[in-house]
Amino acid sequence: MSYARYVYVWIALLVLTAITVTTAGLNIGRVGIIIVLAIAAGKSTLVLLWFMHLRTEKRLLLKLLVPISIATLAIFIGLTYTDILTR
Amino acid sequence: MWLFLLSEILIFGGLFLVYAMYRAKHPADFHAASLELSRFDGTLNTAILLTSSLTAVLAIFSLQELNKPRRTAWFLAATIGFGFAFLVVKAFEWGAKFQHGLYPRAAELGTRPHGEILYFGLYFTMTGLHALHVIIGMVVLSVMLAWVLGKKATQQKSAALENAGLYWHLVDIIWIFLFPLFYLIS
Repeated sequence: MSYARYVYVWIALLVLTAITVTTAGLNIGRVGIIIVLAIAAGKSTLVLLWFMHLRTEKRLLLKLLVPISIATLAIFIGLTYTDILTR
Repeated sequence: MWLFLLSEILIFGGLFLVYAMYRAKHPADFHAASLELSRFDGTLNTAILLTSSLTAVLAIFSLQELNKPRRTAWFLAATIGFGFAFLVVKAFEWGAKFQHGLYPRAAELGTRPHGEILYFGLYFTMTGLHALHVIIGMVVLSVMLAWVLGKKATQQKSAALENAGLYWHLVDIIWIFLFPLFYLIS
């Protein structure tokens, strides 16, 4: 059944959610924050590639535009955060 | 469509930036305030929204690849239903916060430390803006449902349905980040 791959992605997303909730319950401080955010990034990558079909997108510009925009935003937020933390 | 989605990401990106700054300034208050949220409600809503994304993609697949409009209609109806379920859970959550006096300009909240006031301001702004997106997504999906039933959206003319799906997935992605930032990180 060709629906199968989407169901697999959905199961993966739910498993990642379960992991992230468990990790947060452990109270392991700063490492926990990094793990939780990394899982959120992984989950959105799954949604972007499979559900939003970026994986099979043929227009190269579009394929690059999305990761570049997100990376730029991540750099903005990351740099501002480190700036505030080290003031 | 993708340009519009990127502009949406920037709107929320700006709010995430504000969140990151205030969090860095008031880590202890943010920690205390985040414990007030129901982790169960947040997890439940995450599962609901992820499932709604699955039914959305299956709706598009059923039309584009299998040419089964009836199935598409059912999947769309399920997606709208999950969207509604998400809003119901959200309504209960917000209701509980209002009962505890934790809403903007409430007297009870005014007695809390500065960081907690900021936290709940951001909480209501960001989840509120996100809920608004869920409502808009449900309206768009309802129009698509009518189009599929009325043969206005078909296997050959499925671009609008695809864009509606993209919008719905974006709303899902935003929640994927809102959930850990407000409910989990503490």
